[in-house]
Amino acid sequence: MTAVLALVGAWLLVGALGLLRPTGIGWVARVLFPMGALVGLGVAAIGAVALTPAFVAQQVVLPLGLPDLPFHVRLDALSGCFLLLLGTAGAGISIFSAGYFRAGEGTAPGLLCLQYHVFIASMAMVVLADDAYLFMVAWETMALSSYFLVTTQHRLPEIRRAGFLYLLMAHIGALGILLCFGVLHGGSWQMTFDAMRASPLTPFWTSAAFVLALVGFGAKAGMVPLHVWLPEAHPAAPSPVSAMMSGLMLKIAIYGLLRVSLDLLPPGPWWWGLLMLAMGVGTTLYGVVFAAVQTDMKRLLAYSSIENIGLILAGIGLVLIFRTFDLRVLAALALAAVLLHAFNHALFKSLLFLATGSVMHATGERSLGKLGGLIRRMPWVAAFALIGSLAIAGLPPLNGFVSEWLLLQTFLQTPRIPLAFLNMIVPLGAAVVVLAAALAGYVMVKFFGVIFLGQHRESSLATARDASWLERIGLAWLALGCVAIGAFPQAALDVAGRVTQALVGTMAQRGPSLWWMAPVASNQASYSGLWYWAGLLTVTAVTFILVRGFFRARSRRTAPWDCGYPWQTPRMQDSAEGFGQPIRHLFGPIFKIEREVPQPTDRAPSYRIQIEDRFWVTCYRPLGRLIQGVTERIAVLQGGQLSVYLLYSFLTLIFLLVCVL
Amino acid sequence: MAPLFAGWVEQCRALLQNRSAPPLWQPYRMLRKLFHKEATLANHASWLFRGAPYVVFAAMVLAAAITPSLTTELPAARVADAIALVGLFATTRVFMALAAMDIGTAFGTLGARREMMIGFLTEPALLMVLFNGSLMAGTTALPAIVQDTLAQSHVTLHPSLAFAALAFVMVLLAENARLPIDNPSTHLELTMIHEAMVLEYSARHLALIEWASWLKLFNYACIGFALFAPWGIATHGVSLGGTALAMLALVAKLAVAGAALAYFETTSAKLRLFRAPEFLTMAFLLAVLGLLVHLLLKA
Repeated sequence: MTAVLALVGAWLLVGALGLLRPTGIGWVARVLFPMGALVGLGVAAIGAVALTPAFVAQQVVLPLGLPDLPFHVRLDALSGCFLLLLGTAGAGISIFSAGYFRAGEGTAPGLLCLQYHVFIASMAMVVLADDAYLFMVAWETMALSSYFLVTTQHRLPEIRRAGFLYLLMAHIGALGILLCFGVLHGGSWQMTFDAMRASPLTPFWTSAAFVLALVGFGAKAGMVPLHVWLPEAHPAAPSPVSAMMSGLMLKIAIYGLLRVSLDLLPPGPWWWGLLMLAMGVGTTLYGVVFAAVQTDMKRLLAYSSIENIGLILAGIGLVLIFRTFDLRVLAALALAAVLLHAFNHALFKSLLFLATGSVMHATGERSLGKLGGLIRRMPWVAAFALIGSLAIAGLPPLNGFVSEWLLLQTFLQTPRIPLAFLNMIVPLGAAVVVLAAALAGYVMVKFFGVIFLGQHRESSLATARDASWLERIGLAWLALGCVAIGAFPQAALDVAGRVTQALVGTMAQRGPSLWWMAPVASNQASYSGLWYWAGLLTVTAVTFILVRGFFRARSRRTAPWDCGYPWQTPRMQDSAEGFGQPIRHLFGPIFKIEREVPQPTDRAPSYRIQIEDRFWVTCYRPLGRLIQGVTERIAVLQGGQLSVYLLYSFLTLIFLLVCVL
Repeated sequence: MAPLFAGWVEQCRALLQNRSAPPLWQPYRMLRKLFHKEATLANHASWLFRGAPYVVFAAMVLAAAITPSLTTELPAARVADAIALVGLFATTRVFMALAAMDIGTAFGTLGARREMMIGFLTEPALLMVLFNGSLMAGTTALPAIVQDTLAQSHVTLHPSLAFAALAFVMVLLAENARLPIDNPSTHLELTMIHEAMVLEYSARHLALIEWASWLKLFNYACIGFALFAPWGIATHGVSLGGTALAMLALVAKLAVAGAALAYFETTSAKLRLFRAPEFLTMAFLLAVLGLLVHLLLKA
C-alpha cells in the first residue's frame, strides 16, 4: 500500500523534475520519460500483487485533505486490476513518448513532462480513492491536466476549440458524478465509500444514483450521445496523449462505472442492465459506422474507441442483468469479458495511436488521403500496427478475439434468464455486437491498408523514415501484450477471476488445464490460444517449406498488371473516402452528408464531401444556442453600475430576512 | 479432397450448360501447372503480399481440421469452437484484402473494398446461423452440436433451423464468390470481386490461394452438413468401418450439394453489386429470425 503511494509520488516527482530544465529536451526525453516508464512497471507489479489470491484489501487514511475530511485510500482487487492496466500500457506509452516529443512544438518539454505525469498519477489516484472527496479531487486533476495536454499546440484555433469542448463535456460528466455521490451518501454526510455501501436508500434513489453515474461516467467514456468531445479532442492532442486518453482515461471512467454500479450500489432492477446494454449496443454500432467513413486517421481511431467502449458497456449491462437474477457464474463470466476487453483495448488502441504518431512525425500528414505505401519506408511501425489492427478487428489468435469470444459466450447464456422479455431482447443485442465486430474488421482493413499499403499517394512520402528505437520499444511492448494475452487467455481469465470473486462472489471456470480456456463447461465451449498459434504457425511453416522444397521457387519482379492502360497513377487507388463508400451508401440515414459533385463541364473539377454527426446538428447546436440566448438575457442584470449592484444586495438581504422570519 | 469437389462442381456446371466437361481432376492439374511456374511479383510488393497466401492457406487447413466432416472425435476440434472458426474465415478475408491493397492498383483496392463489404454482412449472418445451432445444443463446439443432433431418436423439423439453413445457403454463395454475388468464371472488371483481389498473384502463390478457396467451399459445405444434415458422421470412437462409412456418406452428400450448387448457378443470374447488400441483409435477418423463433417457441 505504501509502495503504491510512493510510486504515485514518484510520478509526480518525475513530473516536477521536468521543471528544472523546462526547455531541455534531452533531459526530459532521455531521463525523465524512461524513469516514468519504470515507475509504470512498478505500479503494474503492485497491481499484479493485489490480484494474487492471498492478498487482502488494504485501507489507509492519509493525513492530507481538509481538517475533518482526510483522504481515504484503498487497494483491492478491482483497483489492482486497473492499476495493472494503467502501469502496463502507461509504461509503453512513456517509453514511446521519450522518443516522440521534440523541442519547439507547442508547450515547452519540461512543462509537458509535468502535465503528463500529473495526468497519469491522478488516474492512479482515482483508482485508489476510497472516499468521494479524494475521488473527485483526483478526477478533476485528471480532467484539467489532460485539458492542458490536449491544447499542447494551443496556437491553432481549432485545437483551442477542441480543448474547450472537452473541458465542457468533462465538467458535465463530473457534475453527474458529484450528484451521484450526493445521492449515495444518503443523508449521512459520510463521504467514505464504506459508508456509502452501508447507507440505506430507497429503490428510487438507488436508481437515480445509477442513472447519474451512467451519465457522468458515460460522458467521460464516450457513450453516445455524450461522445461528441472524443473525435475532436483525440486528434487535437499529441499522439502519446491521445493514446493515454483513449487507452487509459476511458478505462478509468469504466472503473468508476464498475465501482459505483457493482460495489457501492446493491443489485438493482433488471432495467438497469437493459438500459446499459442498450446504450452500449447503440454506442458500438454508432462508433464503428462513423469510424468507417472517416478520412483523418486519428478521428477514425477515436470513433473506433467509441465502438469499443460500447462493447464494454454492453458487457457491463449483461453483468447487471445476471446480477439482478443472481446468476453469479454468468455475471462473473460477463465481468471477466468486460475487464479483459478493457485491458485489451488499452493495449491495442494505445499501440495504434502511437503508430499514427510515428506516421505523423515521418510524414507530417494526418489525412488518410495523403498517405499510402508506408510499409516499405517504415517496416517496423507497419508490423506493429498490423498486429494492433488485427487485434482490434477481433481476429484470432490475438487478444481482441479472446474478449469478444467471451462476450459472445456470455450472450449465448441468456436463455437462462428467467424473464421472457429479456430473453427476446438480449439476443438482438448479440446480433448488433456481431455486426459491429465484423464492421471493425472493415474499418481496420481501411486504416491499415490506406496508410501502409499500396503506392505513395504523395511523392514526399518516399523519404519518410522509420521510428526511432525508443519509439519502437514502446510499440513492441504493447504489441507483445496483444500477442501474449492472445496466446494465454486462460491466465488473463484467472486474473480477472480475482476481481469477479470480490465483486460478484464467484469466478468463471478457468478450464481443465493451463492450455485450455473453457469458461462455461469444458464440453460446451473451449478455446486455446496457444494451440491455435501453434497450429497456424506450424501449418504456415510446413506449407512454406514444402512449396519451397519441392518446386523451384523462382520469382521475378515486374510492373503490376494495368489492363492495357499504362497511365495509371497512385491517385487511382481507393482513397479513404472511396473505401468508406459502401458504408456511406448502406448506412446513409445515420449521417448528415453534404456533397459537391463536379459537373462534366467543370474546368477545374472538385469533389467535396462532408459528413457530420446528426447528434451534433440536432441536439448540441440548438442546446448551445439556447444557453447562449439565456445567458445573454441574464447578462442584462449586470449593467456595470455600482448603484444597481447595491440595490441587488439590498433586495437579497430583504428577501432573506423575509424567509428567515 | 477439396479440389476434387471443385472439379465436380465445374463438371456439373459444364454438363448443365451443354459444354463438354473437364475431367474431375482438372483442379489438380492446374495446381501442378501453377506450382511449376515462375512467380512474378509487382515491383513494390511488400512482405505482406508474399506472406499472405501462406497464411490464408494455413487458416483454411486449420478450419478443415476443426470442422467435423467425418468424425466428431477430432483431436483439433477442442482448440477452437464455432466462433473461432468464423474468426478463421475472417482472418482469411482480411489477409486477402490487405494483400490486394498492397500493390496499390485500382483493381486490387476495388476488389478488397467489395470483398470487405460482402464480408461484414456475411460474417454476422454466419455467426447467427451458428448461434442457432449452438443454442439448440447448448454448446458452441461443433462436434458436440453434431452429437446432440444425432442423439435425437427421431427427426424433427425445427422451424428455426429452416430459417438458419436458408440463411446459411445465402452466406455460402456470397462467401465463396458464387453466382448471384460474384461470378467465379469471369474476368470482367465491373463484376468481379474475388478475381479482382487475386489479379496480381501468379504461380505458386496463386496455386495456394486457389487451393485455399476450394478448401473454403469444402469447409462451408462440411459446416452445413454438420449443422443441418449430420447423418453418417462417426460419433463414437475411431474405427475403420465407421470412418469408411462416414467417408461414403460425405462423398454422397458432397455430390448432391455440388450438383445443387451447379444447378443453382446455372439457373440464376448475377445481382447488381448494389443489390448484394440487400441479399445479404436478408440472410442476416433470416438468421436472426431463426434465433428469435427458437427463443420464442423453444422449437
